[in-house]
Amino acid sequence: MSGFNRDMPSPEESFENAPVVLRLSGVTKRFGSLTANDAISFSVRRGEIVALLGENGAGKTTLMNILFGHYVADEGTVEAFGKELPAGDPRAALNAGIGMVHQHFTLAENMSVLENIVLGTESMWLIRFDHRAARTRIGKLANDFGLAVDPDKRVAALSVGERQRVEILKALYRDARVLILDEPTAVLTPNETEALFRTLKILVAEGLSIIFISHKLNEVMAVSDRVLVLRGGRLVGESVTSRTTRAELAQLMVGREIPPPSVAPATVGGPILTFNEVSTARTGTGTPLDKVSFSLNAGEITGLAGVSGNGQAALAALLSGIERPMSGSITIGGKPVANWSPQAALSSGIGRIPEDRHAIGTIVDMSVTENAISERYRTRFSRHGFLDWSAARSFAEEIIRDYDVKCPSPETRIRLLSGGNMQKLILGRALDSDPSIILANQPTRGLDVGAVSYVHQRLLQARERGAAILLISEDLDEILALADRIVVISKGRLSAPSARGERSVREIGELMAGHQDAALELAGAGNAA
Amino acid sequence: MEAFDILLQASFWVAAIRIASPLIFATMGELICERAGVLNLGIEGIMAAGAFAGWVTVYAGGNLWTGVIIAALVGAMFGLLHGTLTVPFGLSQHVVGIGITLLATSLTYFTYRITLPEVTSPPKIAPFQPLPIPLLSEIPVVGAALFNQTPLTYLAFVTVAVVAWVLYRTPLGMAVRAAGENPAAVEAQGIGVTSIRMGAVMVGSALMAIGGAFLTMSAFNSFFFEMINGRGWICIALVVFGSWRPGKALLGAILFAAFDAYQVRLQQLTGGVVPYQIFLMMPYALSILALIAMSRRASYPKALMVPYQKGER
Repeated sequence: MSGFNRDMPSPEESFENAPVVLRLSGVTKRFGSLTANDAISFSVRRGEIVALLGENGAGKTTLMNILFGHYVADEGTVEAFGKELPAGDPRAALNAGIGMVHQHFTLAENMSVLENIVLGTESMWLIRFDHRAARTRIGKLANDFGLAVDPDKRVAALSVGERQRVEILKALYRDARVLILDEPTAVLTPNETEALFRTLKILVAEGLSIIFISHKLNEVMAVSDRVLVLRGGRLVGESVTSRTTRAELAQLMVGREIPPPSVAPATVGGPILTFNEVSTARTGTGTPLDKVSFSLNAGEITGLAGVSGNGQAALAALLSGIERPMSGSITIGGKPVANWSPQAALSSGIGRIPEDRHAIGTIVDMSVTENAISERYRTRFSRHGFLDWSAARSFAEEIIRDYDVKCPSPETRIRLLSGGNMQKLILGRALDSDPSIILANQPTRGLDVGAVSYVHQRLLQARERGAAILLISEDLDEILALADRIVVISKGRLSAPSARGERSVREIGELMAGHQDAALELAGAGNAA
Repeated sequence: MEAFDILLQASFWVAAIRIASPLIFATMGELICERAGVLNLGIEGIMAAGAFAGWVTVYAGGNLWTGVIIAALVGAMFGLLHGTLTVPFGLSQHVVGIGITLLATSLTYFTYRITLPEVTSPPKIAPFQPLPIPLLSEIPVVGAALFNQTPLTYLAFVTVAVVAWVLYRTPLGMAVRAAGENPAAVEAQGIGVTSIRMGAVMVGSALMAIGGAFLTMSAFNSFFFEMINGRGWICIALVVFGSWRPGKALLGAILFAAFDAYQVRLQQLTGGVVPYQIFLMMPYALSILALIAMSRRASYPKALMVPYQKGER
């Protein structure tokens, strides 16, 4: 992170003469009418870390998938160590020494770490393979590069950070000389991120080259030697990292200046919703809540930080009324809730912005109008048991207008809307009735900067009028920017809340990693309610 | 007490293992397909095709082992069709599977009628004969049950060992398991998901066909309509029962076969007081119970029934 030690000679001196290991020339890829990559050319030299910076949807992942042979480019070539790679052949890329750590790990969970690493490295027709040699080699690699992981553990039992180490080991086991990391820090705690950066520095010192894909400016500044900026599928900027600034990069990335969200001090009212030692049942793979106590106050944004999968889903399901508490109680407006259900949540004044726009937030094959009324179609938009289409349509038109949803008509199927417009519709649906409590679960995930800032403004407006907001996000920067108060969730338990700026990023990272300090926890029990 | 004595009779166990043999082949076949991520509901029809192909080869004067090989080839061909539709084309595995079952069954009956237009009672062939293993077959009960069977039964047990070895001890088996769990992992390691899945479906289908051939070549000695009689569907349940593990699936097959052999003997014992349909139902009812008990915690291959399309967004 920003505190990372960069004790290297100035990059332009050290890499000018290093041999080029990878060269992309004029790579273009189209998906239908969308040009995901437009004539992109660049090269990577031995021993450098090149950051590929860009927004979601800028075409970073597509580009890397072409490089690795998952996609076939419509135009252009990829050259590794002076030889052109055949298009669409991951095996050729692997053999040429290119290793890729995908954003969504490509591990088989039912198999051991060792099996995942050696998969595909041995001839398919061997009647057995040498576990011992493989184990020795993995042990050595893990040791040399600070990638500790037990080779005999099943991948299903590993933490996210460990899985990422397995992915890196997979590439190293195959003697990768160029390592591509696609948003590697998205799933890590700040402290795990630092460990990853240490490993990367060792790798480049050994002569590997690294392409680091990210949309996080801090990390790009901290770890890279050179930055390439992608926007709308085009390469719009290239610079030696030490010669550029955050602001410059941010502007290149977005294409215009973005004012940071200006957050006025909150005027906090009393608690509207209170959780008292609430636990949830263990369902599926998610982490249940374990005796969680906290409250949401009027006119305040409470940010819930945490690594994905630590109980955020259970908390969100509970607040949306999808799940019921197994023990403990929920109080809204001073009254304990009974018969908790999605309808009860709505009628208690909870506005819900769900995590997954496609799976839960909308029904993608139904129209904008139908989705707009989906929370209240039996009450507000029904008359004598029949749908009141004229009311429904005018409501949809109102949301389209007030929330700036760009769509051809209210009859358009939601599937055809962009993520940002889909989210604006959900926002309109949730906020139109001026809910007193707002559950915003990852409200900006996967949105472009314009849409992100729109969502943030709307949440701040709701705060101004006195709504109590729970902002769940895996993007710590978002929480730091918006939340008046931060709680950290880890293994289904909540930390004590801290006011804006009270805890350092490092401390929050410690809490995210589950290092609860006993004194803190005790203090939390007292303050939580 | 008599009901219990049945369990001690060698003839009961001989029957149980014989009944289990075709199930073992077909269960291993289905297990291979599912481990690679393809549910093969063509199993019932492929078994019928295998039963006929093996039988007709011998009926036409071929050697018994030639019959087994022909049956396997016919099975592999249906596997090729199933695989082509479900793997590269990515069609619904349910629809394709049911389609293959209907196609293979009807085609088999049709071919049977064309080949033997005039027969009224199914002609017999000289089947595989029991091949006692020296010394081992002398052991009381166990010897008769396990070591005085036909060569195809021995082959069934060998198949389980081979499948288990390949799945857990070889690079190929790892690729098959990974293809059923996370095909992207296979692709990322430079292995073609399509070829792994196609291969698994073809080999699996060949085993199913051998399972069918067992019925005509080692049990009933002739081919007749409806002879598969739901055995294929049982094998699908056995795969789940065995949590997709060859050893446990083998155990399941033997257990089911033992129920089946037991109910026949129990029918004779009660002498018509209880309607025989109750007994016929018993193995199935017990399998459902066993399935409930065993497979609620089973972790199935995560990419089962999920088509993999390379480069899809």
